[in-house]
Amino acid sequence: MRVLWAIAEKDLRIEVRSKVVASQVLPFAMIVLVLFGLALDADRATLRSFTPGLYWVAVLFAAILAIQRSVSVETASSAFEALRLSGAAGWQVFGGKALAVAAQLLAVEAVMALGVVVLYRSSFDDPVLVVTAAVGATVAISAAGSLYGVLAVGMGVRDTILPMLLLPILAPVLVAATRAFDDGLGTAAVNGWSWCGLLAFFAGVYLVVGGAAYSVVLEDA
Amino acid sequence: MDTAIEVSKAVVLLDRFPALAELDLTLPEGSVSLIQGPNGAGKTTLLRLLAGLVTLESGRATVLGLDVATERRRIRAAVGLLAPTAMLYGDLTVGENLEFWTRLAGDRSGSIDAALERVGLSDLGDQSVASLSTGQRRRAALAAVALRRPRLWLLDEPHAGLDQAGRTVVDELVGDAIAAGATVLVASHELDRVRPLATHVVTIAGGTARRVEVLPSTSSGRSAEAGR
Repeated sequence: MRVLWAIAEKDLRIEVRSKVVASQVLPFAMIVLVLFGLALDADRATLRSFTPGLYWVAVLFAAILAIQRSVSVETASSAFEALRLSGAAGWQVFGGKALAVAAQLLAVEAVMALGVVVLYRSSFDDPVLVVTAAVGATVAISAAGSLYGVLAVGMGVRDTILPMLLLPILAPVLVAATRAFDDGLGTAAVNGWSWCGLLAFFAGVYLVVGGAAYSVVLEDA
Repeated sequence: MDTAIEVSKAVVLLDRFPALAELDLTLPEGSVSLIQGPNGAGKTTLLRLLAGLVTLESGRATVLGLDVATERRRIRAAVGLLAPTAMLYGDLTVGENLEFWTRLAGDRSGSIDAALERVGLSDLGDQSVASLSTGQRRRAALAAVALRRPRLWLLDEPHAGLDQAGRTVVDELVGDAIAAGATVLVASHELDRVRPLATHVVTIAGGTARRVEVLPSTSSGRSAEAGR
């Protein structure tokens, strides 16, 4: 775990210095929320009822940028090769990278939550459910994103291919997170906790598959 | 003397081009080898193969007794590679970079302050890597390699981009590695600079080792065909 924490701490320290997520990813996510509002003609009732879906689509867009940033931190200076040379296990590198992305995404999501309250006049009826769903979805997104980000590097394809690879994989997470938020925000009569269970399942699958597959990629990239 | 590197009929393809074409090479532990040859000869690919960073298409290679095909992770942990790029994070300071790689290396690593002093960067530990000159980045990368205390040093054009003092630092670090019993491979076009340090001179062309020259301390020198 020492190596995993070191990698996560390194990525977060780089973000504190560069402020790429704070100055680019977060404003982008907020702009998407505003654009959704404009596209729906600022009808408060419509915005409130669609808030869960709009929120998680915006989170996915922001996540793609955050994941691309996480990958570019390693590729810009060929540090990915240094990571391979460090002798660190694949699951350690994967865990560290995914943990850092998750921490950054959770911070972005917290600000975005304030954004939907202000912009869409949404309210959180069940904060515990909302936070639980957000954590589960964020872990799933970060795990799948970190794996696919490095896969794109390993395959030698351009990083513009990442959304094409990642978004289909994250569609179930989008659906489950939206349904859980429907309950948490009181916009639909569904059992949000059962959808949280599904999010936990996907998070677990992506973590296990990611940890195993990352070792192969780190070995052969 | 034990064998540090044993490569037999090694083929490495880069985008289907044979960067190494049935290369044979045997080097003993504790040796210092100058790898020379024209651009595109396969020098960098050889170093990357020995670092466990590229895949063998065919043939066999062992590094420090470890099989390149099956024990790459252990090989990577035992070697130090100075690549053409610094492999450091530009947004972190020099000290933070070295601290990070030290944490990943665990107990094998040495003192960061001592490493910075060794490469003449004592005053720049708190400066971001992005703000350093090319030569200073090169020195910082050297410090990162030295901190790993590798058993096998793989230096790719280590003198490139360095001033006279920096070049001396490289030579001194190679001297430190030799004194510690490490094996050193230096791919370089600066033959006059590296040859005095070398015990072997390996000439590579077209992805094969054309000639391996052993330089005994008497400097009389003798030659052997590659692979013998």
